[in-house]
Amino acid sequence: KIEPLKVTVDFLKVPLGLKKPPLKEALAALPGKPKSQILERHKSRRSDAMDNESQYSGYSYKSGHSRSSRKHRDRRERHRSKSREGTRGDKSVTIQAPGEPLLDNESTRGDERDDNWGETTTVVTGTSEHSISHDDLTRITKDMEDSAHLDCSRHLGVALGVALALLAFLTPLAFLLLPQLLWREELEPCGTPCEGLFISVAFKLLILLLGSWALFFRRPKAFFPRVFVFRALLMVLVFLLVVSYWLFYGVRILDSRDRDYRGVVQFAVSLVDALLFVHYLAVVLLELRQLQPQFTLKAVRSADGASRFYNVGHLSIQRAAVWILENYYHDFPVYNPALLNLPKSVLSKKMSGFKVYSLGEAENSTNNSTGQSRAVIAAAARRRDNSHNEFYYEEAEHERRVRKRRARLVVAVEEAFTHIKRLQEEEQKNPREIMDPREAAQAIFASMARAMQKYLRTTKQQPYHTMESILQHLEFCITHDMTPKVGGAILNGRYLTAGPTIQYHKDRWLAKQWTLVSEEPVTNGLKDGVVFVLKRQDFSLVVSTKKIPFFKLSEEFVDPKSHKFIMRLQSETSV
Amino acid sequence: YLICFSFQQRIEIHKLRQGDNLILGFSIGGGIDQDPTQNPFSEDKTDKGIYVTRVTEGGPAEVAGLQIGDKIMQVNGWDMTMVTHDQARKRLTKRNEEVVRLLVTRQSLQKAVQQSMMS
Repeated sequence: KIEPLKVTVDFLKVPLGLKKPPLKEALAALPGKPKSQILERHKSRRSDAMDNESQYSGYSYKSGHSRSSRKHRDRRERHRSKSREGTRGDKSVTIQAPGEPLLDNESTRGDERDDNWGETTTVVTGTSEHSISHDDLTRITKDMEDSAHLDCSRHLGVALGVALALLAFLTPLAFLLLPQLLWREELEPCGTPCEGLFISVAFKLLILLLGSWALFFRRPKAFFPRVFVFRALLMVLVFLLVVSYWLFYGVRILDSRDRDYRGVVQFAVSLVDALLFVHYLAVVLLELRQLQPQFTLKAVRSADGASRFYNVGHLSIQRAAVWILENYYHDFPVYNPALLNLPKSVLSKKMSGFKVYSLGEAENSTNNSTGQSRAVIAAAARRRDNSHNEFYYEEAEHERRVRKRRARLVVAVEEAFTHIKRLQEEEQKNPREIMDPREAAQAIFASMARAMQKYLRTTKQQPYHTMESILQHLEFCITHDMTPKVGGAILNGRYLTAGPTIQYHKDRWLAKQWTLVSEEPVTNGLKDGVVFVLKRQDFSLVVSTKKIPFFKLSEEFVDPKSHKFIMRLQSETSV
Repeated sequence: YLICFSFQQRIEIHKLRQGDNLILGFSIGGGIDQDPTQNPFSEDKTDKGIYVTRVTEGGPAEVAGLQIGDKIMQVNGWDMTMVTHDQARKRLTKRNEEVVRLLVTRQSLQKAVQQSMMS
């Protein structure tokens, strides 16, 4: 019953009308960070926009969107004020500010989430320098307030959970002790049965303690945006149970000063039994129900299309999101934005084609010769058509270059590692020649540094590997006798192929904040066809659900003696 | 329009003496103990009859007019539609017979059309 997560606070906050804390896991954890993150994200967004869209048509597209997005916002506000309770009121204020990032709208509530999403992406890229800086300030102040609230609320949640647990734990003891303290003289003596009951109370409480420790005393793996329904339910149940027991105890035993001590002890034992059953319920609800796979989740990364499938049981959307994230870090190859851009030669040709077309259009409008404009359009179209050709050749060339560099790297690593040998105990060597793994790594690094650097540059991986990280990896491989043959354990999985995100230097993936975007309330269970999105600043994971079909297995008995065969020939005989 | 005909022809082959053997100059395939689906010449892939699979050039069979793909219905009056491969071989290679009279069925497509168009 101990509640380490802050989500209980959400549950309590709803009737109290406090400001609902949005999904601000990282924000609460690192209150100082949001400012820099917001600014970073803006910069990255702007630069992305510049890269992907041509200059000429870009601005008109964006401004059109921001106009329509304002309409959306007004419509959404009206809708929201009608359908939401008082707790929502605060959030509508924050959402009104233009150009806010996803960080603020951490609510994963349904329809307005979709509007927001489209809105923020367009508005952020379309607004000018000045408005962004102003919005930054407003946003930062709001974030500071929110984070302050959230820290408070999270601690409050934990404190509440602990208090409830202590109450539940100490109540049976109180039940047992109070008669002894208050009207000891009047109590009937209670012999062996009472002692038996005392022992059973003691052991059951011990088991309860151990079970609670095992189930609840765990570091939270994530901060959920909404209250965890099952945990809240359990807390309510425990609270009601304890309160009702106290009620009965107060009325029946304290008031009337019941003399039958054995009855009191049995009453206390029954409470401990009930608490154990609640603990059993907790195990079933929180741990067991989700084990049997019911759904297949497909997680696709929007930036480069990497996808994986996972089987999960009955989970709420937010828990499924956390599950996906846990698996994301060790299943998906690290996101490398450099790999997604078309080669510059292809892109530049394309853009120049556009530019020629637009200029020609402007000129031709005055000349009034449709034939000429049609020729320009045709020329532009033909030029566009050739870009795929160039793309193909560029790809093939790149492939060859990568293979060449890869071969050089593999050979260099193999040769470098032949010089390092583990010192056997019997051998006597000059102390100056003996090296620890770090020095050994540094010794061989020199011979393969160049090949490694060239390879990383060709595969655009150099931001992920600093010299320090490479040396550390070499040290690790030398210590554990990893083989260098054909890449082997040294190169495979880390350099030759893009490994999962979790093995790279922590800074790369330390940003743990994700935004959950969903059309349905996130405490709803998964159903067939539910789609939700986990957003990061530069990409998002789109997760769709599919129910595992119901299998009809039928049986067919095959008699082992029924396997019989004949020869089928087609002979040709000459006569 | 194309019409598929099945002609029945009577072919008389005079065996050629080669050393100790009398040869006819063609090869047969098929039989009730064989796999009819592997027969490339049959129209119906369940047909287990005896088919001519090869005709040696200049041999007695070619001279007599036997063609590749012909289905042998009778040999000297003996039915060949329901015999095993070995029985068929035996009936064709009887040592005391110098002449064999075959009743064959042939599927002629082009010839029939051309003939009907010419007439």
